[in-house]
Amino acid sequence: MTITRLVGLSVKRNEDARLLSGQALFVDDVHLPGMLHAAFLRSEHAHARLKGVDLSGARARPGVIAAFSAEDLGDYWKPGPLLVPPPPIDGMLFRQATQVPLARGKVRYVGEPIAVVIAESRYIAEDALDEIVLNLEPLDAVVDLEAALAADAPRIHDQFDSNLAAHVVQRKGDYAKASGKAHRVISRRFFYDRGIAGAIENRAVVASWDAKAAEMTIWDTTQAPIPIRNGLAAMLGLPQSQVRVIAPFVGGGFGPKIMMYYPEEVVIPWVARALNRPVKWVEDRRENFAATTQERGQVHDAELAVAKDGRILGVKDVFLHDTGAYDPYGLTVPINSQCTLLGCYVVPNYESEFRAVFTTKPIVTPVRGAGRQHGVFVMERLLDIAARELGIDRVEIRRRNFIKPKEFPYDNEIIFQDFQPLVYDSGNYEPALAKAAEMIGYEAFVRDEQPRLRAAGRHVGVGIVSYIEGTGIGPYEGARVTVEPSGRVRLATGVGTQGQGHFTSFAQIVAEQLGVLTGDVHVVTGDTRTFDWGTGTFASRGAVVAGSACHAAAVAVREKAIALAARLLEVKPTKLAVKDGRVFLISDPSKGFTLGELAQQANPLRGAVTPGSEPGLEATRYFGPSRGSTASGVHAMRVEVDPETAQVEIQRYVVVHDCGIQINPMIVEGQIQGGVAAGIGNAFYEELVFDDGGQLLNASLMDYLMPTAMDVPRVEMAHIETPSPLNPLGVKGVGEAGAIPTGALFAQAVEDALSGTGVEITAIPLSPGRLYGLIEQAKRTGPRITLPPSATGKSLIIEGKYTFTASPLEVFEMLLDPEILASVMPGAQRLERVGDRYSGALKVGVGPISAAEFALDVALEDQVPGERYAMRVDSRGRLGFVAGIARVKLASSGSGTQMEYRAELRVGGTIAAVGQRMLDSVSKVMSAQGLKALDKAIARRRGAAP
Amino acid sequence: MKPAPFTYHRARTLDDALALLVQHPDAKPLAGGQSLIPAMNFRLAQPSALVDLNRIATLQGIAQTAEGGLRIGAMTRHSVVERSELVRRHAPLLAEAMPHVAHPQIRSRGTVGGSLAHADPSAELPAVMLALGARFVLQGRNGERSVAAADFFTGLFTTALTAGELLTAIEIPPRPPRTGSAFLEVARRHGDYALAGVAVELSLDASGRIKNARVALLSVGDGPVLSTSVAGLTGQEPTEALARQVGEAVRVEVDPPTDIHADSSYRRQLAAVLTRRAIISAAARAARPSTPTA
Amino acid sequence: MHPITLTVNGQRVTREVEARLLLSDFLRHDLELTGTHVGCEHGVCGACTILVDGDAVRSCLMFAVQADGTRVETVESLGNEDSLNPLQEAFREAHGLQCGFCTPGILMTLGPFLREHPSPSEGEIREALSGNLCRCTGYAGIVEAVKLAAARATPARPNRR
Repeated sequence: MTITRLVGLSVKRNEDARLLSGQALFVDDVHLPGMLHAAFLRSEHAHARLKGVDLSGARARPGVIAAFSAEDLGDYWKPGPLLVPPPPIDGMLFRQATQVPLARGKVRYVGEPIAVVIAESRYIAEDALDEIVLNLEPLDAVVDLEAALAADAPRIHDQFDSNLAAHVVQRKGDYAKASGKAHRVISRRFFYDRGIAGAIENRAVVASWDAKAAEMTIWDTTQAPIPIRNGLAAMLGLPQSQVRVIAPFVGGGFGPKIMMYYPEEVVIPWVARALNRPVKWVEDRRENFAATTQERGQVHDAELAVAKDGRILGVKDVFLHDTGAYDPYGLTVPINSQCTLLGCYVVPNYESEFRAVFTTKPIVTPVRGAGRQHGVFVMERLLDIAARELGIDRVEIRRRNFIKPKEFPYDNEIIFQDFQPLVYDSGNYEPALAKAAEMIGYEAFVRDEQPRLRAAGRHVGVGIVSYIEGTGIGPYEGARVTVEPSGRVRLATGVGTQGQGHFTSFAQIVAEQLGVLTGDVHVVTGDTRTFDWGTGTFASRGAVVAGSACHAAAVAVREKAIALAARLLEVKPTKLAVKDGRVFLISDPSKGFTLGELAQQANPLRGAVTPGSEPGLEATRYFGPSRGSTASGVHAMRVEVDPETAQVEIQRYVVVHDCGIQINPMIVEGQIQGGVAAGIGNAFYEELVFDDGGQLLNASLMDYLMPTAMDVPRVEMAHIETPSPLNPLGVKGVGEAGAIPTGALFAQAVEDALSGTGVEITAIPLSPGRLYGLIEQAKRTGPRITLPPSATGKSLIIEGKYTFTASPLEVFEMLLDPEILASVMPGAQRLERVGDRYSGALKVGVGPISAAEFALDVALEDQVPGERYAMRVDSRGRLGFVAGIARVKLASSGSGTQMEYRAELRVGGTIAAVGQRMLDSVSKVMSAQGLKALDKAIARRRGAAP
Repeated sequence: MKPAPFTYHRARTLDDALALLVQHPDAKPLAGGQSLIPAMNFRLAQPSALVDLNRIATLQGIAQTAEGGLRIGAMTRHSVVERSELVRRHAPLLAEAMPHVAHPQIRSRGTVGGSLAHADPSAELPAVMLALGARFVLQGRNGERSVAAADFFTGLFTTALTAGELLTAIEIPPRPPRTGSAFLEVARRHGDYALAGVAVELSLDASGRIKNARVALLSVGDGPVLSTSVAGLTGQEPTEALARQVGEAVRVEVDPPTDIHADSSYRRQLAAVLTRRAIISAAARAARPSTPTA
Repeated sequence: MHPITLTVNGQRVTREVEARLLLSDFLRHDLELTGTHVGCEHGVCGACTILVDGDAVRSCLMFAVQADGTRVETVESLGNEDSLNPLQEAFREAHGLQCGFCTPGILMTLGPFLREHPSPSEGEIREALSGNLCRCTGYAGIVEAVKLAAARATPARPNRR
């Protein structure tokens, strides 16, 4: 009985025609009669007590239907569930603090939703946000990971005695003993900073309540429609049958769309029921930078103990993990970092300790790679440094430490994120390394080409790194295969699709078993009405787990079809074959039935279905792997650096990858190419820059730089296939692979291009500006220079000096005159003094910002007449807030007075988020304007120039 | 991210536009809108009214002047300039800079006048116009005036335009023989605002010495910066050493801002390196006999 | 409210619009042409790219009222599900899309580009695509698709040996 192979072929995708013709349904495309639109009011402060929310102004606006804050949600208001409990690791500490639907009592990151306005259009809803009045008491932000754990750090969650979210230690062997015997111990501090997932489609939720049927339908850009349905049904107090969640076409997932019970996801269905009208919320890009989860802030202090021949004796790693304001996703990300660090290597002794830390930043959950990047970065960088220090070639040191093929399954003796021991199922690392080195021309490059190029003044370098990826974890997925009487094959599974090609790869698996064409299999995913058991698309598990379930269901249907045909033809099943949509007699192919005919026979209108069999040509099967399968790979890259401008050009990028059996090589290569693009972004272009007040300074795609077609080379690929023994298809996941080792690779290649300059790269993301800083610093202080990621503390600073001819006391009085004060503050409209307070308004217009109005409140402090005073400034308006302290010092100078002033202002809201490019220039201009204005005002007052 | 409400007024003619701006003193002129509309979508800009200039046919087009220079209507779209044979021949510096202005889709809508009037310190065209020694025609209700590019840009996003006045045309002087130009910038990604950039227009005399040179920089100050470090170039041979000297002078001359993409010292470095490279390249082009001339 | 009349994908359309209504929202919500996608609303991602009078523009950076009297084309004007046009077909063949969200904007960008550059170089293709972000594909398949479409549209030169 032969099967025509479809698995393994680069079949064109079933879903493409709909996507290419603009006919595919995305959540924002859902239009319902009477639909209302939601906009959320979000915190402009990273950390503040929330004492009151006044929605009356918003509710009064024409076109506004309703507005709600946490109070209005009543019992519905609850913190979200813990999505992933921490794995059972001895002695671990985990503190649960999950996100809430709308902030109550406190806000904990910029962008946290406080209220929602429902209106006839999104335009009107956004207008109304300006009318909401908040009573807030700002608190200090918690941004830096080490500072967050200081004894006097502001506490983010009042119920805990510190900002420590978790503490985990995992050990294998005895590192202390191993390092004592080491030839050398390399130790470094490594930084890896935050980015966004960057799906081009932002999140969206549409909810529609059918009061007559008591049924809720929710369209959601989620990677986990079934768990969302189950959870929302419970929250709404509805039977699961009365809640339908549809994740239609989703415009990219990359991790954050697996985060569940986002505030908006919980609030919108409630509103739809409360108002009995369909409600749509679509996240805009500005919101996406705060409202959607992020990843990647970690600081590692790591050590590598090596023998003289480069053999790894042990690794010790102590790191801090930024979990953001809440930790709904448990410890998945830091556990991944901890486990992935071990890579393809035999590490006999390992000691890994991490602390997860709450910060006043957006929530951290897995983003493509999910913590694996950090582990790979630390290990590969340590090996690079060891290679350099021991005089061993970079490829050779890796080769010497690889786990050998006969050692699989290989037990790392620690616990992975799926609660199972970290055991690699299969792998063959050396051929991948050799292949990648050959493809990039490593040997000849290092031996001949690089010295020749360097002699000609060119800085060209090559990097080569390896990594593993734990993929395809449980618990399970299911699939139902149905043959309709028309002969059409229907496949339903709970796993949604965000571009991975499930409509095709799953169809290939099924079509192969049923002897039909891939295009004949109609796949339905992500609709709880069609299939309602499953978990979701995460951890590179779709093909592995759902794919295996599809396989099992298809095999069952095939067997059912054969059994039925055998009965009808009165032959043994072994005499039959399945091909071209028919089951027929091998000896006489003209005798047989089409699958459609069999489907009809299997669902008779009269007569009886044989006892023990089920009607219909249909089967539902589930698959749950015992543990994850381990994919692996080697990436190599060649770059040229212009040391004068710190520009980096990627000349070649090679990937040799092992994801076991490939279902559709075209799709596999697409996943890798796309992963590499995201990795390049992460390594060199993308970075979320927070100031020390917790304000994100680049909340737009103008300032957050996702790579374009000009920045990503075509990846040259080769494949190694070590089938996984853990599933019937032998497949391993591939979705995240491309993105994982790119940071480590980028660092090595750029460092190699700059070899001899003393530049050492220990922080990702890198950028030309940061690279220039490294090059300059290395010139000044010699080799072994490392720089942490960009300093984040940036305030608006306005400063200057001025000399008066009057006495200090006279000047002191004059400067407190509201009229003169107003003249010094550019844009001050009016200023009134009541006691030690001034109030008034500021109108600021710079470039595109047209006459934005701010209410101004200034309190005088620290007054010493004739000597100094300070002004605590608080101004707020539609575009955000400017707050801080301005200090003025006076001193006699000859016959006059010398004044020095310096205002350090914190900027928040829209101006901080999208105006950072202008802030420095604005502060310079304002300093100059202030002085000019002061000059004029004083001249007016004294009737003569000072 | 939806704009706040405003009233919309479509101008049919220049007079119409000027009258509308008088009637609505808070109105902003809407040219290509490729900077203004994003700012409105973020609600950074909330003008109460817009006067749309896109239907004023007389503000569009590129023509050669009697003197052999160019006159570019303020509402001429970037894509038209980019494809213009006249521009390629008579203002190759401008042609070289155009592909760096944002992306194709922005260039098919954005206008030269809009970009200049916006006066973004990181924009390409203001620096190019300084290097070309262009003059701008400004029209108000009380008549027309001509302002040198160097006098037009007065600071951060500010220009010599007064209330109710519109930039209507850009006049680029004829290009002397033996003139070479070069535009270089370093941006994080192609089409982004440059971290630093430089536009050089340089003419040689018959003996191959520098007769005239203008170096204008972007993204290194609160507006485009016309370098004064080139004053001593006249009469000198355009050597690499000289170019390096000017580059180093520029490094000291500029006072660049720091932002999340580049700090001040990195921008100085880029300004110095790009100036050196652009001068060398412009001088080589000027010396080439095939250099297109007016 | 402003009355506007325009041609959208060959159909004459008359509507009343508020001045501030973005052209992208007008197409998606008022006309229910949801093939045009919105990814950033500040002119960077390119997902909303459409043709106005034949030029590729960002529909999030134009007000609907400005489109009065113009000829607008969206992805729905290209081949439909059952008969893709050659460019769409090339995208399918070269795996030029994954989630497909950015794809309509990319197709609309490429139409005028290929008319102007019938045999583009890889560099030209990449530059033409620089105003369209794609997070899934890493662009290689897209570039390949453009090459494929161009090669098929340009008949091989006659051999003049």
